[in-house]
Amino acid sequence: MSQPLRAPLEIGFDYTRSLGPTLSQFMTALAGRRILGARGADGRVHVPPFEYDPQTGEPPAELVEVASAGTVTTWSWAARPMDGQPLGHPFAWALIRLDGADTAMLHAVDAGTAAAMRTGMRVRARWAQAPAGHIRDIACFEPWPGSTARSGQAAEPAGEPVTMVTTPVRLRYEHTTSREESAYLHGLAEGRMVGQRCPACGKVYIPPRGACPTDGVPTAEEVELPDTGIVTTFCVVNVPFTGQRVKPPYVAAAVLLDGADIPFQHLILGCDPGEVRMGMRVAAVWKPREQWGTTAENIDHFRPTGEPDAPYESYAHHL
Amino acid sequence: MVDVAVVGFAQSPCLRHGETTTSGVEMLVPIFHEVLASTGLTRTDIGFWCSGSSDYLAGRAFSFVAAVDAIGAFPPVMESHVEMDGAWALYEAWVKILTGDADIALAYGFGKSSAGELRRVLALQLDPYLLAPLWPDSVAIAALQARLGMEAGLWTEKDMAQVAARSRAAALANPAAQVSGRVAAEDLLNEPYLADPLRAHDSAPISDGAAVVILASAERARDLCDRPAWITGFEHRIDSGALGERDLTTAPSAAAAGRAAGAGQVGAAELHTPFSHQEILLRTALGLGDGVRVNPSGGALAGNPMFAAGLARIGMAAREIFAGRADRALGHATSGPALQQNLVCVMEARA
Repeated sequence: MSQPLRAPLEIGFDYTRSLGPTLSQFMTALAGRRILGARGADGRVHVPPFEYDPQTGEPPAELVEVASAGTVTTWSWAARPMDGQPLGHPFAWALIRLDGADTAMLHAVDAGTAAAMRTGMRVRARWAQAPAGHIRDIACFEPWPGSTARSGQAAEPAGEPVTMVTTPVRLRYEHTTSREESAYLHGLAEGRMVGQRCPACGKVYIPPRGACPTDGVPTAEEVELPDTGIVTTFCVVNVPFTGQRVKPPYVAAAVLLDGADIPFQHLILGCDPGEVRMGMRVAAVWKPREQWGTTAENIDHFRPTGEPDAPYESYAHHL
Repeated sequence: MVDVAVVGFAQSPCLRHGETTTSGVEMLVPIFHEVLASTGLTRTDIGFWCSGSSDYLAGRAFSFVAAVDAIGAFPPVMESHVEMDGAWALYEAWVKILTGDADIALAYGFGKSSAGELRRVLALQLDPYLLAPLWPDSVAIAALQARLGMEAGLWTEKDMAQVAARSRAAALANPAAQVSGRVAAEDLLNEPYLADPLRAHDSAPISDGAAVVILASAERARDLCDRPAWITGFEHRIDSGALGERDLTTAPSAAAAGRAAGAGQVGAAELHTPFSHQEILLRTALGLGDGVRVNPSGGALAGNPMFAAGLARIGMAAREIFAGRADRALGHATSGPALQQNLVCVMEARA
């Protein structure tokens, strides 16, 4: 059996999140290069501010400004920074208790070498070029021998309130097909349709699934199927959407290949959408051979063959 | 209250690059067959199925649905899913039996941890406003915790290396283990840092794998297992998601779950500790004395399939009872950064 196919899979999404009243004030202050904390019922100043007091569950009664300098309470060394982290060269992660705060916040320290790091060292914020109301407005912290300036004062709201934050997320994977899917895709690259039969119920699945979803047993026996079949059910797509390949209206149908027990979805072209019907006989229309790869896209669409329709009883149990 | 026992457990080999899709079907089919055969059950005897897995690990939405193929879910089955380690799926299955909705329930967890960049993927479990946008990776955060404990005098790098060495030696007897062998802690300390103060041996490997546990009610358990592992306490607790709010040198949620579940007087404990120092931390938090055999399987340092390793700890603890090596055993699972969430399942043998 063929080796599993592999391909890179990159996914990305810009998460856009609304901020509640507390984090809105915190982010708005960051845009003004100021850092706010929340005074808790215990009298301690929590930085970053809690939205609900860990002890009482109440929203903070007041936000207070703390210094943008503080003390490292613990650290670890990032010798090989990863994508998205605050610095592209080796740096330290640290919990930092800002002057005027009673809790520590996580951020990066641009210390140059691990030897320059120690618990208890003094650091201060290095601000981003153009703060916009995001935790990344603090580019990182840097070693700073000084004592501190501001703390404990009530914060003045400044600028337009920041009410949303956007965080881009990009992840990379290596997607692997199963052996069964690989056999199917290799078959497609040769213009063949390769399915599998369940040893328990005898049903033929295409694409093959590796385990019969009815019996939960591995499927091993390969079955080659023709590229002809019937439409079991279908819909007429009238709505345009991003990435659409065919101009609406067109037909997306469940196509049941002759000899298969499970339909797959494909396009029905080559006739007016109004002519497509349940039980209609169809055949695959392959792209030119030079365009074939290990992909289901080798079949451009299915077309009506003009043969008599299959009787309803012959496919009713596949609906 | 209805008595419930663990009656079966199976685990796939932990592999750095398992030959599996992210749907887990290839890992699950063999272990479902193994665990059903060990109990004499067939799949239609299972009244409730519950899985633990993650779309972020798989890189696609609703990835757990494809795993249902491994069940053979026709006629339709009663099935549920948690976006958590399978240990929390087991908790749901336990509740299902307690409420009388099922006599026999099966929980499974699976993860192809190698599909993406695990350390980055795990950054997305953090606070999405204040932490995740910085992409602090899982090893970096654990390293912050390790240093806090070192500087508080709770453990040393040598203590941590000894945990790793003992874990690898214990894993020699565990066919599912990914990392095993005889090493001297002193030699491990000569290795370079992975994330100072953590070295590679302090961190669990990246593992693809799956695990499955079967629970049964009192009426059924004795027919299915010679020496069922009766659940006497099953509790989970959580600490703040704000790292700076926590005392990272301990795990109050683990201590609370342990107290509620009755963690004392166990002969063996399987602790889900992806980092070496966390075993030392949890021993203290759970009040496990020197006489308790901790991680006789090698634990998560020998193999850490995401979303299955916690469930496997409970299964391995149950095996201590099945085999008569312990009369009372504890399985622990964790989730979140630096032991934020903790689950404790205490089991015992009965005459």
